[in-house]
Amino acid sequence: MLKQYSFDKTAVQTFDDQTSLALKTENLQVFYGTNHAMHDANLAFPKNQITALIGASGSGKSTYLRSLNRMNDTIATVTGKIWYHGVDINEPNVNIYEIRRHIGMVFQRPNPFAKSIRENITYALRANGVKNKTELTERIEKSLRGAALWDEVKDSLDKSALSLSGGQQQRLCIARSIAMAPDVLLLDEPCSALDPISTVKVEETLLELQKQYTIIIVTHNMQQAARISSQCAFFHLGHVMEYTPTGTMFSNPQIPVTQDYISGSFG
Amino acid sequence: MNAKRKDMIATVIIDLIVAIVVGILFFLLAYILIKGLPHVSWSFLTGATDSFDGTGGIGVQLFNSFYLLVLTMLISIPISLGAGIYLAEYAKDNWRTSLIRSAIEVLSSLPSVVVGLFGFLLFVVKFKIGFSVISGAIALTFFNLPLLTRNIEESLSAVPRSQREAGLSLGLSKWKTEVGIILPVALPGIVTGVVLSAGRVFGEAAALIYTAGQSAPVTNFADWNPMDAASPLNPFRPAETLAVHIWKMNTEGLASNAAALSAAASAVLIIAVLLFNLGARVLGSYLYRRVTASK
Repeated sequence: MLKQYSFDKTAVQTFDDQTSLALKTENLQVFYGTNHAMHDANLAFPKNQITALIGASGSGKSTYLRSLNRMNDTIATVTGKIWYHGVDINEPNVNIYEIRRHIGMVFQRPNPFAKSIRENITYALRANGVKNKTELTERIEKSLRGAALWDEVKDSLDKSALSLSGGQQQRLCIARSIAMAPDVLLLDEPCSALDPISTVKVEETLLELQKQYTIIIVTHNMQQAARISSQCAFFHLGHVMEYTPTGTMFSNPQIPVTQDYISGSFG
Repeated sequence: MNAKRKDMIATVIIDLIVAIVVGILFFLLAYILIKGLPHVSWSFLTGATDSFDGTGGIGVQLFNSFYLLVLTMLISIPISLGAGIYLAEYAKDNWRTSLIRSAIEVLSSLPSVVVGLFGFLLFVVKFKIGFSVISGAIALTFFNLPLLTRNIEESLSAVPRSQREAGLSLGLSKWKTEVGIILPVALPGIVTGVVLSAGRVFGEAAALIYTAGQSAPVTNFADWNPMDAASPLNPFRPAETLAVHIWKMNTEGLASNAAALSAAASAVLIIAVLLFNLGARVLGSYLYRRVTASK
């Protein structure tokens, strides 16, 4: 029997004016038809930090994440504001394609294109007008180095991306995203389909990447959240229950529901 | 009876059924080829038909079959590609879409002779185009469109959703994602379907009897100007195809060796269709290796 928790008692941190924020949501709500999947999420994401979104399956964390770059547009109704560089990007007249170039996304299952490794990186760049050969070559190397994949694939850039291992494919997807030079990188359980060794590699990559990017990662794995994130948000049944620095969340959770979830005595 | 024994009996029965299916196919093929191939010669393949003395060849008919096939594909591929992309990617899941789907199903179950009669009444008679390659190609398009549309829709739908999300998440438009990422992955399946449907179109007779006609006027193979009446490329000339020719030889053949001639023509037709099937497999797997860059 699942314990009942009050949704009134939450502990969500806010940031003062000194902290520079990459992204901020105000009263973000998501509806799938009549199903109210996300209630009033008010979260702010500091620049160049990793923020982890944790919670049980169905808690709304992936739904929330996918709303941030408008990937939910066709399947859900999203209300509220998403502030990015002083613009509410949840407005209907915003160019969503432009937004997605600034807010990249990596998915749960590695989904490289059925093309060569090189083309996986260059396809979207070309489509966005980067045609210069030297620049493309530079971007390939830079993004593959950024995703810690360069040394493994530099001699086989024309091989099919599908011939890579799962962990390599996922790092290729990260490289593909950062090749677009986004500011924010959204990751939706990027390691859930990977083995522990590949997971460590991806985590090391993310820790390195936070110097240049703001990273928001959904994860099922609390150890992972503890290892890599600076801020941590706990989602429960479509509500943001607690949002605190990761150290605080794991050593001194503010409210009973978080405490129960983290200690494993949930439900 | 124990589980192991039951399993063995079931396996034997299933194997037997498969053997029957394969056996029928091989019997048919062998029968047609053995009866027909001895009469096939170079002059038979290239010569003009003589309805009376039995020395006639199938050169014109063979050319007509291929020409009609090319024209049919030129018309039907673009239309079914558009329809397939629409159904797989853009159509909303509502009553209108299911109406379109059932319309396509009804079209695909229309008997080909009815399609032929329709083509006869509309193009040949009403539009006064006459028995011609183009009337035949349009009739075959009706017959070909539903299958091709279905095939393209299914090939596209089989591409995982995660590929579309990957494209969209990089800021590519839906159309760009569709054409640049989804279509190449679906291409081998689409090409296989196109070549297989080409085999069906190649062997079709009933829809052509009243549209492309049953006469193969001798054409001048040195004249490649499509506007000239005697040119083989003229789309407004009547064009008896190989399949129609076989049908005609068997119903109203006057030559004493009509049976042998039709057996030979059947063997050629069967070989052509087999080549289409083989070609579909080879081309499909070649394209798959090409687009996915897996060697």
